[in-house]
Amino acid sequence: MPITVKTTATFAEAADLVAGNRAARFLGGGTLLMRDVNEGSVAFETLVRTTEPARAIRTAGSRIEIGAAVTIAQIQAERDLAFLHGAARLIGGPAVRAAGTVGGNLFAPSPYGDLATALLALDGVATLQQGASRREMPLGDLFAQRGRDLRGVVVSVSILRPESADAFRFRKVSRVKPKGAAVLTIAAHLPTSGGRIGKARVAYGAMAPTPIRARAVERALEGRSLDRDGVAAALAAAAEGTDPADDAIASAWYRREVAPVYLRRLLLNEPD
Amino acid sequence: MLEFRKDYFADERRDDLDVIGKGVQRQDMLGHVTGTTTFFDDHKMAGMGHLKVLRSPHHHARIRHIDVSQAERSPGVRRVIRGADVPRNLNTLLGLIGFGKDDEPSLATTKVRYRGEPIVAVVADSERLAHEALARVRVDYDPLPAVFDVEEALKPGAPTVNDVYPGNAFEYHDRFDHQRVRFGDVEAGFRSADHVLEQRYQMSPIEQAPTETNGSIAAPETNGRFVVYTPTQGLFFSLDTCAKILDVESNALHFVGGTAGGGFGGKVDSLTEPLAILGAMLTGRPVRYVLGREEEMQFGGPRSGERIVIKDGLMRDGRIVARKVTVWFDSGAYTRLTSYGAVKCAAHVPGPYTIPAVHGDFYCVFTNRTPATAMRGFGVTGVDFALECQMDKLAALAGMDPMEFRILNAYRDGDMKAHRREAKNTALVECVQVAAEKARWPIREEFRRASSRTGGGGERARIPPTPKDTSPPKRTAGGSTYTPSVAPPPASSWDRPAASPPATPFQERFAMPPPPPAPMPRPASSQPPAPPPPEPADRREPPPPAAPGPGTTRFSSVFGTRRR
Amino acid sequence: MKTPVQFRLNDQPVAVFVDGGDNLLTALRDGVGDVTPKFGCGQGACGACTVIVEGEPRLACITLAEACEGARVETLAGLRRGPDLHPLQSAFMEHFAAQCGFCTPGMIMAAKALLDRNPRPSREEVVEAIAGNICRCTGYEPIIEAILAAAASARRY
Ligand SMILES: Cc1cc2nc3c(=O)[nH]c(=O)nc-3n(C[C@H](O)[C@H](O)[C@H](O)COP(=O)(O)OP(=O)(O)OC[C@H]3O[C@@H](n4cnc5c(N)ncnc54)[C@H](O)[C@@H]3O)c2cc1C
Ligand code: FES
Ligand code: FES
Repeated sequence: MPITVKTTATFAEAADLVAGNRAARFLGGGTLLMRDVNEGSVAFETLVRTTEPARAIRTAGSRIEIGAAVTIAQIQAERDLAFLHGAARLIGGPAVRAAGTVGGNLFAPSPYGDLATALLALDGVATLQQGASRREMPLGDLFAQRGRDLRGVVVSVSILRPESADAFRFRKVSRVKPKGAAVLTIAAHLPTSGGRIGKARVAYGAMAPTPIRARAVERALEGRSLDRDGVAAALAAAAEGTDPADDAIASAWYRREVAPVYLRRLLLNEPD
Repeated sequence: MLEFRKDYFADERRDDLDVIGKGVQRQDMLGHVTGTTTFFDDHKMAGMGHLKVLRSPHHHARIRHIDVSQAERSPGVRRVIRGADVPRNLNTLLGLIGFGKDDEPSLATTKVRYRGEPIVAVVADSERLAHEALARVRVDYDPLPAVFDVEEALKPGAPTVNDVYPGNAFEYHDRFDHQRVRFGDVEAGFRSADHVLEQRYQMSPIEQAPTETNGSIAAPETNGRFVVYTPTQGLFFSLDTCAKILDVESNALHFVGGTAGGGFGGKVDSLTEPLAILGAMLTGRPVRYVLGREEEMQFGGPRSGERIVIKDGLMRDGRIVARKVTVWFDSGAYTRLTSYGAVKCAAHVPGPYTIPAVHGDFYCVFTNRTPATAMRGFGVTGVDFALECQMDKLAALAGMDPMEFRILNAYRDGDMKAHRREAKNTALVECVQVAAEKARWPIREEFRRASSRTGGGGERARIPPTPKDTSPPKRTAGGSTYTPSVAPPPASSWDRPAASPPATPFQERFAMPPPPPAPMPRPASSQPPAPPPPEPADRREPPPPAAPGPGTTRFSSVFGTRRR
Repeated sequence: MKTPVQFRLNDQPVAVFVDGGDNLLTALRDGVGDVTPKFGCGQGACGACTVIVEGEPRLACITLAEACEGARVETLAGLRRGPDLHPLQSAFMEHFAAQCGFCTPGMIMAAKALLDRNPRPSREEVVEAIAGNICRCTGYEPIIEAILAAAASARRY
């Protein structure tokens, strides 16, 4: 069957079309989906788009809500999202960033999903359109269900606004610079008080089929200070719970091997 | 910026040559910056069919059954093409000059030998429709054990990759499973040396990755001819390859090329042209066959992976007295051009150095990988990497400066090379001197004053006594035990003397005389494009077989005959 | 079923019929007949198909043609004014910034997207702007030089 493109006026209609049809895909910027179309994939036959705007970036108290159709380039241009500029800049080239969306990044298969990793560390919560209703779903749950029984279309993602510029850190290890797919990506939200880390949130990209939280690292950082001794336990636990892939970029072995090295650089603010 | 060093070899140069060092505009530059340069895929034709190919998901498997009945009924399909539809399904590229046996099918019929190998082609009204039809082809496979390592492939009991060469090694001169260089007595050299250093090196396959992928467009022309728009790097090589595979006279094909979006060796194999033309023949319409990037990587041949072992005998004063080199080239599942790469390598070892004892063995090995082919200095750059790494290690062992060490061992005019040819116009000494100068790398006065023109010849011009090799190259099974896995192709103009009448319908349409007997690209002059061949050192060895046809003797490096 | 798509290509209105799922590259090359954007991968990985859509650099091969309804699209075909070359085109010529020429249409459009927004870019910004464009021939240096030279040229266009 040739591909059919369906353009809807609302997310609700789009969600309906996607929910009722295994061979339908929601189209964001298309930077990943169009590759499959071009390679002749017969896994899907319907592309669903919506013209309902979802390109707003809204600050509300300690959180910021980002529309699913916001592009990576738009993030780069948004002053309120300065803490994400570093992550955004390392995704693809300018043309990929001009098209690729936040919503699509949540579904990008490993080793992609750099922004998603950052959003996970920032306590991201997605607003998911399922049929006529909307519900909130923490990104951790969304990633766990992704590719299995998750139906619905993401409308927006709400994230924590880091309390200081230094509280949010991001590193992407890639072979080609400034763009290039990740060997691994680390994002961390490290709120401190009195020199001690409070509730740390550390996320990895490319260390599992989806972005994941590094729970063992988070636990080991709780109440510690960001110095050599303080991070030692976290580094020892760096590879715990990870399930990286062997791919063209790196072997699983290599990814596990270098994870503690880059985690240390991130935690101690050392240069790459 | 380029610099022309006229101080070196001034008497050998004309002084009025003044282009190097200046910018001279490319003749095609205006077209490039305005987008008016016409690449093959910029030819658009009405009613064009799009050809796509089903590829093997297995590294090695027997094909039990292929069912195309559903694909044939798929919407927009003009034609499904299978191996049996290809007039001469088996081909080897250098077969045009009588080098190697036909071993690679255009479309696999009974077996697949690497992942990505083409099995069925579909011509449809759009790429999408072709993909949909391919998804409806059913192939039953029996997966077979695969081998991916050159040394494993040569072990007894290894799976046979390429049935045409049951021992998994290309056959040189129809008999020998490798190429050899024998010069002097390396074993005696090792015994007399102060140090012996043996090291292993490896080069991975390298994809040419031209920005434009391989592809071509073929269309029926007047007089029953076919026009072919192609980015091939060897226009007439490709034309003759297609004529052979399709069993038509070469004047049935009109190739238009000359503009390639990069090639780097990756566009000499005629990967798409034969099927595009066959598609045009079978449908009567223009047919376009363009590789996607993934296909380019999986089906387009890279430079072969190489494993290299070098053993050197070194004196305390820095002289290398013996060098033994063994190289295994990973040809992948079929020959393409690696057989020739190994010959180039044999002609290159021991590198630009004068060493009184040299021993080389060069294997072109079949594995279940993508067939390897030409890529920027294939056969030479890989072994050069190994040789130069080895030179640095030897310099350290001798406690010498690596630049001076190279000058000390460099070949000089009048020296005898391991291939029993006098070294002429050598310039390594000068290259190292300039490199040292540019890098501000201090070398001592005596090395700064050294010259390629002095210090050579004399004792260094002697062919040393060379012991008889007690282990003659393994005689391979040759073609005699080979039973083709597909029915032998019908006798065609390529098997017949040129005068016999053409047999295929396409040929019947022309009143033109048949082409000359050896329709192959020839170098323009007596200068062959490649370095001279190694010669068998052991004079008892049978001489290489006579070159198979007129015009072929000039390919000295391939046939082992002297250049004229 | 074909779907009509209308957009402005290099300031001219154009209309094409596309198949569902057709990308902008196919629409331009096969539909309109503007073959200046090239196919190098179909995966967004090489940049040979770079065009400018609504002032932004876009990869035509991974842009759904139907999503360009009503958009302003620029390609290399629209750069030259009669006999006069755009400063980027002259600079590419003068700096030997092309060999096979296959990356050139995309490279020049990526550069134009940069200069349209940032007429005096730093070298780093130039590198960043062409980070998604692969050139297998030139080694990039001449391209970077050409873009910087075009930016520096007093010539207005
Ligand atoms: C050359 C190149 C380089 C790249 N480099 C990087 C990189 O460095 N880092 C990185 O993270 N990514 C990279 N990507 C991948 C991709 O561009 C980004 O992940 C981008 O954010 C994907 O967004 P999209 O809108 O284009 O997704 P699409 O292609 O539109 O969709 C991707 C998937 O997400 C689903 N989807 C999209 N939007 C929604 C939604 N709102 N709700 C539910 N499902 C949705 C789609 O159905 C599809 O399955 C690269 C891509 C290319 C081509
Ligand atoms: S063809 Fe579009 S990026 Fe390569
Ligand atoms: S000039 Fe050939 S790819 Fe750039």
